[in-house]
Amino acid sequence: MTGRVLLIEDEQNIAEAIRFLLSRDGFEVEVQRDGVAGLQAARAAPPGLVILDLMLPGLSGIEILTALRADPRTERLPVMMLTAKGQGRDREAAEAAGVSVFMSKPFANAEMRAQVRALMGM
Amino acid sequence: MPFNLLVLFCLLYVIALFLVAWLVERRASRGVMGFLRSPLVYTLSLSIYCTAWTFYGAVGYAARSGIEFLTIYLGPTLVFVGWWWLLRKLVRIGRQQRVTSIADLLSSRYGKSNLLGVLVTVIAVVASTPYIALQLQSVTLSFAVFASETPSGWALPDRNATAIWVAGGLALFTILFGTRKLDAKEQHHGIVMAIAVEAVVKLVALLAVGAFVVWGLAEGPLAVIEKISAVDSPGWQVQPGRWAGLIFIAAAAVISLPRMFQVLVVENVEESHLARASWAFPLYLCLMSLFILPIAVIGMERYPQANPDMLVLTLPLSEGQGALAMLVFLGGFSSATSMVIVETIALATMLSNHLLMPLWLRFKPGALTGDLRRGVLLARRFSIIGVLALGLAYFRLSGGSAALAAIGLIAFAGMAQALPVLLGGIFWRGATKTGAVAGLVTGFAVWAYTLFLPSFGQGAVIPAHVFAGGAFGLPWLRPQGLFGTQGMDPLVHSIFWSLVLNTAAFCAGSIFSFPDPVERVQGAAFVNAFDGEVQAERLGWSQGQAEPEALLILAQRILGEEALSFFEAGARAQGKDGYLPDITPAFLADLERRLAGSVGAATAHAMISQLFGQATVTVEDLMAVATEAAQIMEYSTRLEQNQEELTRTARQLREANEKLTQLSVQKDAFLGQISHELRTPMTSIRAFSEILSEGDLPPQMVADYGHILHDEAVRLTRLLDDLLDLSVLENGTVQLNLGLSHLGRMLDRAEAAASQTRPERAFRIEREGVEEIFLHTDADRLVQVFINLISNARKYCDAEAAVLKIRLRQKGGRVIADFIDNGSGIAKEAQGLIFEKFARLTDQRRAGGAGLGLAICREIMANLGGSIGYLPGQKGAAFRVTLPLRLEAAKG
Amino acid sequence: MPRSRAPLFLARAVYRRRRLRDAARLLPLVGVVLMVLPALWSGPPGQEGATQSGAGSDAVFIFAVWFLLIGGAALLAPALADPERTADPDQAESGD
Repeated sequence: MTGRVLLIEDEQNIAEAIRFLLSRDGFEVEVQRDGVAGLQAARAAPPGLVILDLMLPGLSGIEILTALRADPRTERLPVMMLTAKGQGRDREAAEAAGVSVFMSKPFANAEMRAQVRALMGM
Repeated sequence: MPFNLLVLFCLLYVIALFLVAWLVERRASRGVMGFLRSPLVYTLSLSIYCTAWTFYGAVGYAARSGIEFLTIYLGPTLVFVGWWWLLRKLVRIGRQQRVTSIADLLSSRYGKSNLLGVLVTVIAVVASTPYIALQLQSVTLSFAVFASETPSGWALPDRNATAIWVAGGLALFTILFGTRKLDAKEQHHGIVMAIAVEAVVKLVALLAVGAFVVWGLAEGPLAVIEKISAVDSPGWQVQPGRWAGLIFIAAAAVISLPRMFQVLVVENVEESHLARASWAFPLYLCLMSLFILPIAVIGMERYPQANPDMLVLTLPLSEGQGALAMLVFLGGFSSATSMVIVETIALATMLSNHLLMPLWLRFKPGALTGDLRRGVLLARRFSIIGVLALGLAYFRLSGGSAALAAIGLIAFAGMAQALPVLLGGIFWRGATKTGAVAGLVTGFAVWAYTLFLPSFGQGAVIPAHVFAGGAFGLPWLRPQGLFGTQGMDPLVHSIFWSLVLNTAAFCAGSIFSFPDPVERVQGAAFVNAFDGEVQAERLGWSQGQAEPEALLILAQRILGEEALSFFEAGARAQGKDGYLPDITPAFLADLERRLAGSVGAATAHAMISQLFGQATVTVEDLMAVATEAAQIMEYSTRLEQNQEELTRTARQLREANEKLTQLSVQKDAFLGQISHELRTPMTSIRAFSEILSEGDLPPQMVADYGHILHDEAVRLTRLLDDLLDLSVLENGTVQLNLGLSHLGRMLDRAEAAASQTRPERAFRIEREGVEEIFLHTDADRLVQVFINLISNARKYCDAEAAVLKIRLRQKGGRVIADFIDNGSGIAKEAQGLIFEKFARLTDQRRAGGAGLGLAICREIMANLGGSIGYLPGQKGAAFRVTLPLRLEAAKG
Repeated sequence: MPRSRAPLFLARAVYRRRRLRDAARLLPLVGVVLMVLPALWSGPPGQEGATQSGAGSDAVFIFAVWFLLIGGAALLAPALADPERTADPDQAESGD
């Protein structure tokens, strides 16, 4: 029971932590560090889940989310959004854009893993 | 005295003059002027009115015509004593409009018309060429006098060769000090000082000969006066017509001769100097003339065979006074050289501004993109050589025959043709371009026909039968008897008719033509020069088509470094920060005048038109021009001033308000950003520490993850350090560690420290300018700023082969360091933001910083008594750091 | 009363300054008249007394006038130059 996760995150160390945690749980993790490349990857081969950082070079997390929701191939894709800003406004914007789960950084590893598992339908 | 010795003395004297000019230029470039530009120097520089014609020729003139020679000095005396009438206004207008020559003044007054500039330039060149030739002649003649006295009989050194040497030397001197820089205002401190020195030499020499004659050869002043009264010569009779005519023509000449206009108006540094010169210059003239008659009378009595034009020199020589003769020789040399130098500069400025530059702009429309400054300088250098070559050619062709005085008077009468147009221009608003052109052409033609061409001799240019019977066989067109006038002195005849017809054509042309708007605006600005500076700004450029940056680039091509400070001042006057003011009509008019100071009004106008299309004259402009009542003018002037102040305050308020709104947005953003910057490393730390605490990892991974933890902790610490640093700097509670430090070595330190940023990158640093400066400042803090700028360039410069140029300069008590890279620079909208906290422009290449670097730099510079700013218009990203040489510890 | 005296003094200063300017304007006119005089003394050529030029006395006269003008200008100049700087309000009205 494996699933593919697309992780779009520009902070190298955070990406490494998430990659480590999720691959240990048996997921296949693809990491993209740039918004534009991330969106392309999601469109080219829709994964089981997209984990998005809010502040990204190229395209912002909200922009990527909006683009995904506008595309019939990816409109139902589960998307988890992470942000270090932690302001209410960001959460509202993300929810308006149709985010599945919104998490603030720093997060508890266990909680993040549980959310991923839930979103992947496990 | 041996001839060789004379040449040696001459050379030494010239070298001394070079030194004076060079030293003064150096001091001036450092901004140390002091006594160098005092009323005294101004007055002495005016003495170029007294050329070799005065020095040698006046005695000859006196020997021939008695006291008539005095008229040449009485005319200027009256003009200067009456400075309140005319000179005051002329100097004020010259400064307001940044006039570069008399041709420029007239072209500017009559609608910035280049046609008029060309016309005046042509007249000036034609009238001045014989005069320059005359100076060359007097120098060669004085050499010859010395040579013939030498026992070895050094047969007259080839006169033409002497003239060529002298002309070549003068060209060199003039080019060296006359075209070193293209100043915002066309002023030459070095040359003015050299002329002032020469003025003293002239005066001392003439007074010394006079004293020797009166007390050495004759029995004191009373005896001399008796001898003068006893002279019985038909030429000595005072002729009322000539007497009045000559006083008038000399008065006209002192205003309109190109060299006089140059020193009187263009080189004037302060209007108040004129007040002092109003009596000091007449005094100089009076002293110069004091001993002319005694020298002439005693000289003729003792040496009736001698050439009276060289009596000043032959007298001491024949009396065995070698040293005195040497002094006289240097005096004559000074008179000739100073005249030629200034005349050449004045003419070269006219030629390049009114002939060469406009031609260049017309035939190479793309010229605006080139380096204009070098073009202008080159044009000026060629003009200098051209003018001197013309003088030399005239000298060789004419064979240097005519008596000195005659040539001088012809030149006077020629330049006087500009007088009606000049006076009309500054006192009569109705004077128009059409009238001015008509007047000048008429006057010039009549002058040439009745005086200039006949001066070559009957049959030389004008055939003899025309002299007798008039042109086309019409008797009333005889060159020396126009309209049937009989028995008039030819000079007075020419002056009378040329000026009468000139003025008539000028007035008629003005009355029957209609001026265009630019002319009317300029006319009002000139005639009402004392009503404040406001009119000058009336000429409106239509607003808003101009990008300030494009304008700055144009200005830099002409003004160089000056341009930046000019734009900065413009921005400050509008209540704005930075280097780019809003392009308001007032600012454009101001800039145009500044450019006119370098290339002339017509050219400057054409250049700005080329960039921005035609100037527009609004209804208000025309109303202002149409309003004749001075009181209404004054009232509206005040209103405008008030309104201007209101606008400025309003702008400041608006900017403050914008800034406040921005600040409150920024405050929110700041909190969000701090949160973001803190949470990001926290996220890694929390995630990995949880992973590590689970405890079943291979050792390699433990090490790797431990390393990440460490890095992120360091990053957090640095962020907190920066924040703390910033808050200390902002509160002004920072402890500065003041000491003396070497600028070059501080830059070395900064380069070394910054080389760790993106070390893999090919990156070159070029340093130029003065590094050998010791600064009294906080070295560590300053180095911190330098490191920041260098590593920013390393991080963000997007050029293929990145080069950072560091330009160091000292200006006054301040040091300016420019850091300019060759990347694509910073977008205009972002330039105002980069010094704000967390203002990282792109996140593409984040290299660890939190975006606080420049904010910290700004605070540091403020604490060091200096500033840091973004320098627009430099192609790449450019920062200017300015700081005082000495920072005193007194700061609380 | 000090309050009423201040403006009186001011008006007088302005008045003085204006007359000073008038004097400065008159000075060259005086000069013209005096300097043209020698031309009027000498009769037409050929007339009796024309053999002796009398240039000596003419010259002395002209130099005397010259020094007079210089002295006059020197006296007026400092007073005229000073208020120039402190741009006074009546500048526009009296400025030609």
